[in-house]
Amino acid sequence: MQKFTTLEGIAAPFPMVNVDTDRVIPARFLKTIKKTGLGKHLFNELRYDEDGTEKPDFVLNKPAYREARILVAGENFGCGSSREHAPWALVDFGIRCVIAPSFADIFNNNASKNGMLLIALPQETVDKLMEDADKGGNARLSVDLEKQRIVRPDGETIDFDIDPFKKHCLLNGLDDIALTLQKDDRISAFEGAHKAAQPWA
Amino acid sequence: MAQPKTLFDKIWDSHVVDVQEDGTCLLYIDRQIIHEITSAQAFEGLRANRRTVRRPEAQLLVPDHNVPTTDRSLPIENEESRIQIDLLRENAEAFGLPYIELDDIRQGIVHVIGPEQGFTLPGLTMACGDSHTSTHGAFGCLAFGIGTSEVEHVLATQSLIQRPAKNMRVTVDGALPPGVVAKDLALAVIGAIGTAGGTGCVIEYAGKAVEDLSMEGRMTLCNMTIEGGARAGLVAPDQTTFDYVRGRPMAPKGAAWEQAEAYWRTLPSDPGAAYDKEVTIPADSIEPQVTWGTSPEMVLPISGSVPDPSGVEDANRKRSLERAIDYMGLAAGQALTDIRVDKVFIGSCTNSRIEDLRAAAAVAEGRNVAEGVHAMVVPGSGLVKHQAEEEGLDAIFKQAGFDWREPGCSMCIAMNGDMLLPGERSASTSNRNFEGRQGPGGRTHLMSPAMAAAAAVNGHLSDHRDLI
Repeated sequence: MQKFTTLEGIAAPFPMVNVDTDRVIPARFLKTIKKTGLGKHLFNELRYDEDGTEKPDFVLNKPAYREARILVAGENFGCGSSREHAPWALVDFGIRCVIAPSFADIFNNNASKNGMLLIALPQETVDKLMEDADKGGNARLSVDLEKQRIVRPDGETIDFDIDPFKKHCLLNGLDDIALTLQKDDRISAFEGAHKAAQPWA
Repeated sequence: MAQPKTLFDKIWDSHVVDVQEDGTCLLYIDRQIIHEITSAQAFEGLRANRRTVRRPEAQLLVPDHNVPTTDRSLPIENEESRIQIDLLRENAEAFGLPYIELDDIRQGIVHVIGPEQGFTLPGLTMACGDSHTSTHGAFGCLAFGIGTSEVEHVLATQSLIQRPAKNMRVTVDGALPPGVVAKDLALAVIGAIGTAGGTGCVIEYAGKAVEDLSMEGRMTLCNMTIEGGARAGLVAPDQTTFDYVRGRPMAPKGAAWEQAEAYWRTLPSDPGAAYDKEVTIPADSIEPQVTWGTSPEMVLPISGSVPDPSGVEDANRKRSLERAIDYMGLAAGQALTDIRVDKVFIGSCTNSRIEDLRAAAAVAEGRNVAEGVHAMVVPGSGLVKHQAEEEGLDAIFKQAGFDWREPGCSMCIAMNGDMLLPGERSASTSNRNFEGRQGPGGRTHLMSPAMAAAAAVNGHLSDHRDLI
């Protein structure tokens, strides 16, 4: 997994609430058997007309935000389907961090397996960052995962919480299957006891 | 005396392999169901790292999302779909995993066939790369929807890295009124708690109205739990559960059954167990529900009308309501029963079981699909289809002008060619009314099977109780 340590870049304002993963990437792009190349379908319906031309009003089509690395979003971002294609599409586009008041659980897990940092902050704080994001290329945010800190364009800092294990994995780019396989003996021991207690399981 | 535990606590505690200092747990997963859309990259990951499947017999593979619901004797026309389905079979063969073929009568939607085969059992932990895995909670089985990385993790290690969820209980006291079913209850719960109301929680459904539900009804209720944002739904196993499970092909038999049932009877939450969050809903207050907007929480009783956003204070909320009304092509204040439909979809992991088809057929019998409406019935599995045909339901549907199809996810996710065209409107028994969910520009109204059948014969959203 790609490490996440620090990130500095343009943040795109995306104030919509309850952004579902069908909106992040519609189901018809799930016929792929690869993880790569999904960025071009990110937010497909919002981003393109029926004939495939870009909608100029959509935030990521505006010149100021084409290189955005961060999204500042509304509450319950990533609800709905478990498709990991959603974080694959975001990361492939170049978005490595989403800041919102809350995230849906499955999306939250999926993002962390793909080197993507989700930061949950109170609505008032997200509103401030949304104002920064509205300024386009004139306002860059920086995120430091080790320090759990966001620095606003005016220098103000905002601290955030993160699950310590997710932080550890993101900072070091750890493959959690490899980590779990180190506990293979414990899994085997559990399996033996479990099988004895619940032979049908 | 030991601390009273919830149903969730009991299943969780009996599956913890390891707890790290930071509280992160390694949770053993007893079963995994795998379909073609979220697994190819997981198997690719295993190959790339030269890893194997830890417990092949604990997996069950079946194609469902992307399969045609038309004549199965014909080749699959869409090349990408065919590649994906072929790859699922190849992966099953390469890793020696149990696989149900497309032309097998047992083929169907993952969340229909797991229970049908007795793969889903009380007290187990289960995972599937599909958010509606919450369905299996109907059996008192702790079942999580996961992403592809986690599918790979379960394949390689038979476990998931998780933190314990919070306990939330939704109690539905009293009895549902006649003509009000599990789907109405599920939608009413989401309307009450909101689409993020269950975030971080496992919801246990309790109360007389839940105990009175059939297994099909409980599956519908638990299925929709993810639409309320919860990690999983649960219903305590009871006699209704055991009667459903007993005799299923993969359920325990003989002495093993006796031992299992005795254990399952210990699973219901202890009296006095603590919940982090409690919601109570009186069953008799619930009417047949329909969604009007683009999120499952945008739901109202059929007697209602499209809400007026002008009085909403929160700017984001207001914008979201306005956008939904605009996308759905509706007007504030419009009566829901005035909304005309183009297509009707009866199917999906929410509502494609035999009881659902019976309820829809009871409305369809002796009536005709309204002119200009295309109505399809897609059974949840080959076995459901077979049983419906034995009961003559297919004849009732066909006589009324419904399209009787082969099993699969079909127009719930619209990957297989069954879809809405831009601007078209459906009455659908599925689970998501998101923008574009049933096709780009398509408009979806969610409801129960009887309500969808009523919409089909009347040509507009209707209270099915007026047709009884």
